[in-house]
Amino acid sequence: MTRYSAFAVAREAFRDHQGWTRAWASPEPKRKYDVIIIGAGGHGLATAYYLGKNHGIRNVAILEKGWLGGGNTGRNTTIIRSNYLQDPSAAIYEKARSLYEDLSQDLNYNVMFSPRGVMMLAQTEHEVRGYKRTAYANALQGVKTEFISPARVKEFCPIIEIRGPRYPVLGALWQARGGTARHDAVAWGYARKCSEMGMDVIQKCEVTGIRSDGGVVKGVTTNRGDIDCDKLGIVVAGHSGHVADMAGFRLPIESVALQALVSEPIKPCMDVVVMANTVHGYMSQSDKGEMVIGGGADGYNNYTQRGSFHHIEETVRALNETFPIISRLKMLRMWGGIVDMTGDRSPIISPTPLGNCFINCGWGTGGFKAIPGSGWATAEMIAKGASGPLAAEFGLDRFREGRFIDESVAAGVAH
Amino acid sequence: MLILDCPYCGIACDETELSPGGEAHLTRFGPGSSEDEFEGYLFMRENPRGVHFERWRHAHGCGKWFHAARDTMTMEVFGTYPAQTTEPPAELRKTISEKRPGWSWRDFS
Ligand SMILES: Cc1cc2nc3c(=O)[nH]c(=O)nc-3n(C[C@H](O)[C@H](O)[C@H](O)COP(=O)(O)OP(=O)(O)OC[C@H]3O[C@@H](n4cnc5c(N)ncnc54)[C@H](O)[C@@H]3O)c2cc1C
Ligand SMILES: [Zn+2]
Repeated sequence: MTRYSAFAVAREAFRDHQGWTRAWASPEPKRKYDVIIIGAGGHGLATAYYLGKNHGIRNVAILEKGWLGGGNTGRNTTIIRSNYLQDPSAAIYEKARSLYEDLSQDLNYNVMFSPRGVMMLAQTEHEVRGYKRTAYANALQGVKTEFISPARVKEFCPIIEIRGPRYPVLGALWQARGGTARHDAVAWGYARKCSEMGMDVIQKCEVTGIRSDGGVVKGVTTNRGDIDCDKLGIVVAGHSGHVADMAGFRLPIESVALQALVSEPIKPCMDVVVMANTVHGYMSQSDKGEMVIGGGADGYNNYTQRGSFHHIEETVRALNETFPIISRLKMLRMWGGIVDMTGDRSPIISPTPLGNCFINCGWGTGGFKAIPGSGWATAEMIAKGASGPLAAEFGLDRFREGRFIDESVAAGVAH
Repeated sequence: MLILDCPYCGIACDETELSPGGEAHLTRFGPGSSEDEFEGYLFMRENPRGVHFERWRHAHGCGKWFHAARDTMTMEVFGTYPAQTTEPPAELRKTISEKRPGWSWRDFS
């Protein structure tokens, strides 16, 4: 595979770009692998990558029913932050955020990580107290955040109307090293490295059954034949319930639609990410100039990748008040993804009732930011056969034992 | 836009008039139940691709709870029925069988 560098770009410029090779191979599936990962979204690919990089396990296939990153990884609004309240969340999200810092170098692929700063607006007294509490918790966890005044909010983001009228800005939780990255590039960069390590990234390969013997996984059935494996990782986000059913166990998960939209491109007017959780809206500006806006999730099960229009209306209506500048903008595109919501709104990284079968799911509305850390933790679990410190608290058994990671209620955050 | 008929008011309600109430026909387990039963009642969900039964409330109307049968892959609504029952009515199950032969949901088919 060609190494990407300034030198390579110059070299290719002199030979009409004839020397670039394919970023990844598209092999036929082999009969058997040490590990099969179902789902080539960010989490599945990152899991495979760290299996190879950290644990030397390279006889791995990643099976994807559609195309690379065609699930939620390629549909999200790319916010990256780690300002969570609970210790287990802060640990894994901060691990992920810190891996994002030099992911481009590590993968030799520009994932365009842009630590432009993430601001979570406090627009009610309740949020002010909540975010101050989070800032103190973050200080203890070693995550750098601070609670800032309305004046500094205005300084960071002049297009915000901080005086209300309905929801005045009372302050914000500020994470200077949060930001965004290019979503497809994260999937592509990991896939390229996996392929380079000799792993098989196989697209258009849908898993339709899971075969086991004596309570231990033996392999999968796919639309391209049976494939055997010693260990299996299920990393399929919104389709987790469906695939878990093939493996014979149930999940505390419901799949619902989450939507986002972008405006027509305008000149640069905003160089931070702003989240306004009280009104369920958040916004950043893409490199192309579009305002990228995310909304709230639907309240009912859905697999159609289309959400309810009234959620878009509510989001835009609310954001209009905080960002009057967008009131005349035309919205160009909207889309939805099917997100996997758990009972406590925190993810699951866990062994399963089926032997040698592991699952990573439940990232719901906020798992893009977690991709490198989640892959790291899931690879460790699959390699060693048991959860390591990053994954330990995210086991499936927490629902039975009542050990919830009560992040969504505690922090009042959506993404 | 999802449109469901409120079985009490007899009108077609736009989803903005309704609030979703999650999976239908859950058995409530409480003190004295096994851990499996309690965990199942609180957290485990069918989350099916296809035929699904759920609870809705006519929140901005009569305020009453009712049930709906819907396909989560196509958003087709098969019908709605009142809340005072522990299972989908036979007639509705027949309608679903005509449209989705071989369907099943928990112990119903
Ligand atoms: C509109 C929207 C906005 C979001 N905004 C943010 C944000 O700002 N920040 C953030 O951190 N997160 C955000 N998220 C959440 C984030 O996108 C997800 O948590 C994350 O991408 C999940 O990655 P994944 O790899 O687990 O799943 P996916 O990317 O969905 O990958 C799962 C893959 O499994 C495949 N698959 C499923 N079933 C099978 C099968 N039977 N056989 C083979 N393959 C199968 C699918 O085709 C899919 O490609 C957002 C999500 C949405 C929808
Ligand atoms: Zn009614």
